[in-house]
Amino acid sequence: MSKIVVDPITRIEGHLKVEVITEKGVVKDAHSSGMLFRGIEVILRGRDPRDAQRYTQRICGVCPTSHSIAATLNLDSAFGISDKIPNNGRFVRNLILGAAHIADHILHFYHLTALDYVDVTKVLNYDGNDPVLNSVKEFAKRGELAPFVPRYEGDYRLSDQINIEATAHYVKALEMRRKAQEMLTIFGGKMPHNMAVIPGGVTETVTVDKIASFLWRLNELRDFINNVYIPDVLAVAEAYSDYFEIGAGCGNLLSYGSFDLEGGNPDYTKRDRLLKQGTVSTDLKLGALDTNKIMEYVKHSWYADSSTGKHPTQGMTEPQPHKKGAYSWAKAPRYDGKVYEVGPLARVAATYASGEPTVKNLVDSVLSRFNASPKALFSVLGRHAARALYTKFVADSMPGWLLQLKPGEPAYIDYTIPDEAFGMGLVDGARGALGHWIEIKDKKIANYQCVVPSTWNLGPRDDKGQPGPVEQALLGTKIKDENNPYEIGRIVRSFDPCLACAIHVITPKGRTIGIYKVS
Amino acid sequence: MAKAKVQEVPVVWIQTGTCTGCSVSVLNSVSPTIKNVLIDEVVPGKHVSLKFQATVMAGQGEAVLKVLEETPKANKGGYVLVVEGAIPTKDGGIYGTLGEKNGEEVPMASWIESLAKDALAIIALGTCAAFGGIAAGKPNPGGYVGTDTFLKSRKIAKPLINIPGCPPHPDWFIGTVASVLLLGLPKPEDLDELKRPKAFFGKLIHENCPRRAYFDEGKFARQFGEPGCLNELGCKGPVTYADCPLRLWNHGTNWCIGAGSPCIGCCEPGFPDLVAPFYQKLDDANMPAIGKLQGKEN
Repeated sequence: MSKIVVDPITRIEGHLKVEVITEKGVVKDAHSSGMLFRGIEVILRGRDPRDAQRYTQRICGVCPTSHSIAATLNLDSAFGISDKIPNNGRFVRNLILGAAHIADHILHFYHLTALDYVDVTKVLNYDGNDPVLNSVKEFAKRGELAPFVPRYEGDYRLSDQINIEATAHYVKALEMRRKAQEMLTIFGGKMPHNMAVIPGGVTETVTVDKIASFLWRLNELRDFINNVYIPDVLAVAEAYSDYFEIGAGCGNLLSYGSFDLEGGNPDYTKRDRLLKQGTVSTDLKLGALDTNKIMEYVKHSWYADSSTGKHPTQGMTEPQPHKKGAYSWAKAPRYDGKVYEVGPLARVAATYASGEPTVKNLVDSVLSRFNASPKALFSVLGRHAARALYTKFVADSMPGWLLQLKPGEPAYIDYTIPDEAFGMGLVDGARGALGHWIEIKDKKIANYQCVVPSTWNLGPRDDKGQPGPVEQALLGTKIKDENNPYEIGRIVRSFDPCLACAIHVITPKGRTIGIYKVS
Repeated sequence: MAKAKVQEVPVVWIQTGTCTGCSVSVLNSVSPTIKNVLIDEVVPGKHVSLKFQATVMAGQGEAVLKVLEETPKANKGGYVLVVEGAIPTKDGGIYGTLGEKNGEEVPMASWIESLAKDALAIIALGTCAAFGGIAAGKPNPGGYVGTDTFLKSRKIAKPLINIPGCPPHPDWFIGTVASVLLLGLPKPEDLDELKRPKAFFGKLIHENCPRRAYFDEGKFARQFGEPGCLNELGCKGPVTYADCPLRLWNHGTNWCIGAGSPCIGCCEPGFPDLVAPFYQKLDDANMPAIGKLQGKEN
């Protein structure tokens, strides 16, 4: 039996540690630990409710936009104006969120994930005229390869030609994700941490020049998504097709949906959204979303046990750093007592299960290309494919929202802060289902709770001992080379973790397994 | 002609109590692009060798922790340490750890201490690293502090440059790095009393604000989306030092006040506690050298 430690896991956001116990090279147990506590929810208590959008964006500088939308929907609902946001405000929010997701997913595939599959050093074999590739070759020839080495060796399978092309695309994608953020700032002001999304709508006004500028930046990004991003995902999938069978996970998916297609229904769980709300399991049947079924457990988290099993509206954040048996700063959210995965795969699966024709065609065409059943979606490559198809679906939907904007008409409605209120904001952020809950007393924040995608995906065991989605996805994985456990990074990154991670693979000879009980 | 050997300048970039927004902002650099920074000679003859940067580096696990241990030994006094994020200090630093040694989690604070001791200079990138920022907001649950405060508490005296901002503008970081590579460490007169480069933080937002004329005429927006000075909506431009109104953000596309949002004072040491609530109007007394507000109602 061995225990593998990869610490830290890089190319993610935040601080996470995963420990894996292997027996005869197969993962028998896995622990995923969030390793950073800043306590934004604690810091929010007693503050002006409107400021929650500014603070919660700073939970994550990679996906701040999703937090700005969740916080703002939350405040809209607490202020009683969730069904009164002007259409301009709603469409601009959609455009800001869409731009953020395009930037995020390009970043994730090329800059966070690709180095697990693409061998940049093969650029040394390049003998063409492309100035970008030649500059990378010069860099590689100097031999100072940081930050591209050290890395896990032994399973780079792409041909030289594809490695070299993908290296050029890595560089191009740096430009594309930057341009997507620039597109966002046409309405959002700046990135990271946009300024415009606020309760009541948005601060920015709608003008024709902004619409045109946004549209043409979007066109350039759509070209890249269609002609570079999706083909590259498929090329990786062809060379690493065994990863359609690796990292299946818990088999339950949860989506809050995203992009409001109407603003009249104050209930976000029932509002018509481009990506659909609901639950999906391996049978691909859509279940209705009921937020009363969400509970957070902390038996294995560094928080007081008295705060376990609470709905987010009753949630508490009481740190207890040295608690026995705990191994993460993340809580363990559960839906109906069961383990659920969130992310692009979940929202694509929910939309697919709803029968939405465009998504159905996109997914079916990829599945048929690999001669795979929908079950193959529950895998490392399934997550990457869903993320890429989702990006295309959203980018293709954005011109329609741009053309519905009405220059000169308001994008904001004023309101008064109630003395006392509850609020809930639900959206699928880049990394999955994101919920914010607020309680207001005396016009101040009495309690604020965020249940974020990476808590769902990377959270620890719950009080019943059920491992979280990433922990389950690691279980049963064959580790070919314990000195180069590339399988672990590939599985963990397919979830697009938003924590700084540390994954551990330790040989237990002469070492105790550590502080975790292994059954 | 033989090409002169390129000098490798080692840089170690540690993320502590951060949201990674500073890293993402630096990815948005335009001239040079982030590709130029990583791959090319960022100034002629010098290449930034980014030994450790958790968001972009290929490696992970023990191999990259070795880099953190070996870089100070191999490059004693010759590498730049970039700190992104505030440093958790409460309860022995347990609120933020990076890697393990002998089965024990290593507090981020220990890494910063050991890396700072042998660095040529330290850049505190972002308001959290410079002054504590969001994580140090009341009641500061993790005991977060900025780099300057932390280094003083560990009695480490090393050249420190603060580049605040939540996030900082990529130009402020790249400009500072280029300046160090071309001209060496900044002279005392190049930095203000908060160790910020005066080149970027020498003027108030309010001094260069395109809505300043509205302020002088007493025309104030009462609601978002209206033209006028944003003072009544809580703008902190009059107490915030940064060149945002001239530099603009994201390739000059827009900026906070440009998008109709009040400045939230994200570059200031008082961010967030002294500049929040963000939508509450500043007291007139807080307006430096501006005098009484004109054109107020009542």
